[in-house]
Amino acid sequence: MAKYVIIGNSTAAIGCVEGIRSKDKDGEIVLIASENHHTYARPLISYLLQGKTDEERMKYRPDSFYEENHVTAKLGETVTKLDSEKKTVTLKSGEEISYEKLLVATGSTPFVPPMEGLDTVPEKFTFMSLDDAHALESVLTKDSRVLIIGAGLIGLKCAEGIKERVKSITVVDLADRVLPSILDETGSAIVKDFLEKQGIEFHLGDTAAKFAGTTATLKSGLTVDFDVLVIAVGVRPNTSLVKDAGGEVRRGIAADDTGKTTLPDVYAAGDCAESFDISAGVNRVLALLPNAYMQGNTAGINMAGGKASFDRAIPMNAIGFMGLHIITAGTYDGETYVRRDGENYKILFYKDDVLKGYILIGDVARAGIYTALIRNRTPLSSIDFKLICEKPQLMAFTARTRRDLLSKQQ
Amino acid sequence: MKRVYVDEKWCLGCHLCEYYCAFANSGKSSMIKALKDRTIHPRIRIEGDNQVSFAVSCRHCTDPLCVKSCIAGALSKKDGVVCIDQNKCVGCHTCVLVCPYGALMPSESGVMQKCELCIENAGGKPACVQGCPNKAIIFEERD
Repeated sequence: MAKYVIIGNSTAAIGCVEGIRSKDKDGEIVLIASENHHTYARPLISYLLQGKTDEERMKYRPDSFYEENHVTAKLGETVTKLDSEKKTVTLKSGEEISYEKLLVATGSTPFVPPMEGLDTVPEKFTFMSLDDAHALESVLTKDSRVLIIGAGLIGLKCAEGIKERVKSITVVDLADRVLPSILDETGSAIVKDFLEKQGIEFHLGDTAAKFAGTTATLKSGLTVDFDVLVIAVGVRPNTSLVKDAGGEVRRGIAADDTGKTTLPDVYAAGDCAESFDISAGVNRVLALLPNAYMQGNTAGINMAGGKASFDRAIPMNAIGFMGLHIITAGTYDGETYVRRDGENYKILFYKDDVLKGYILIGDVARAGIYTALIRNRTPLSSIDFKLICEKPQLMAFTARTRRDLLSKQQ
Repeated sequence: MKRVYVDEKWCLGCHLCEYYCAFANSGKSSMIKALKDRTIHPRIRIEGDNQVSFAVSCRHCTDPLCVKSCIAGALSKKDGVVCIDQNKCVGCHTCVLVCPYGALMPSESGVMQKCELCIENAGGKPACVQGCPNKAIIFEERD
């Protein structure tokens, strides 16, 4: 029997290993993952295609990680069943492994909606894993015309990653604006204009109604000829192991702020799980790398008998396209402070004396000061609101708070 | 462990810490070569107005959000110092998103930079501390 079993090998799983090892140096850890790769930084696959990193540098932890942390890594093996009464997981190979504490960090899977004629498309890809990136890369040439379905984070990051390597990129999305999950209408328009100037073509508020080989017919009647299709309409949390074992699953696996699911001694973290978004006051899947780490790390500490709580989760994103940086956090609810100067855009949302959310495009310097206001629910009446609207700065705090921040150990 | 602490009571707002920092991290042998006619990219920055000023640099937090949040695994904590592997950093700005002090910023090359307490240079004592004319920046152990 392994003391700890972890299903997954990405951010939440690594956070869990480090959480366990902060409390328990020796307890056996078995980590099982379908992907046969050393742990890698998943969001870096677009940077890999862009040439900004390589497989060696995008390793999320050093080569020595598993050995140093006494982790038995079973890579390239898939868990097919969880039995929470017997406290075992079963691998595809038939092997059964029992656990004392289990973390489910199974991530998510790209969602490919049924689309007429999709099976006639010779080159079609999703964009989520290292293998996806390699597969896409293998067919790209400087003459490739690429059609991307989806103007969200994954679709646009993919566009940026391959832009300089292909002839053209066309992006289609059912939504009438880009990045609707993290931007407001003004922000979307700024980013879309910017990307159009970089040569990306958009058909928004439209959708691929039908494929015939390398021609897509959109709902509007427009046809787009392409060589390579990338489908990036969204992801679905991988929840079936927990669901089939009788655990509660909503949009994602239900987990409390210690990481516990409704199954005994089973924890969940990362893109497969929900967390409580304090800025909106609801449970939701926050499929973001920092949250995956923190949730996994919290689960690991608790699995090893420590006490930790992941109780300050909020949506937050830092993303950039071809030099234009975007940082967003929280929930877009309440009164607003808006400032716009060309591509530089700022909107702050505040309500009930706290900052609820913000969007920064262009000038994103020191955005974390805003993020901290949201996470800490700092009363806005306790700081200089005018100064904080102007820019993120510690000057907006009282001298006493500044002394605590800068003259004490943090 | 020893960290950099600042006291705004003594800060003159002279920005010398920024220059010493930029020099120490430039790899150049003379301050003139490193700084003259160049836009400097210090890892410590003065904030303030005519009345109050203070220097801000990495606090080397006990529980660093930047390390937990780095999407590239480029930030880590070594012997209490939060370090960045610029070779791994892709400049995504997630550390800027989470740092409550605003203490990470892009370097000249676009990847991020941060104070590493001059462990790779200057030897023993951070350059900003050595260069502060009024002892507003101190390097010592505190609770």
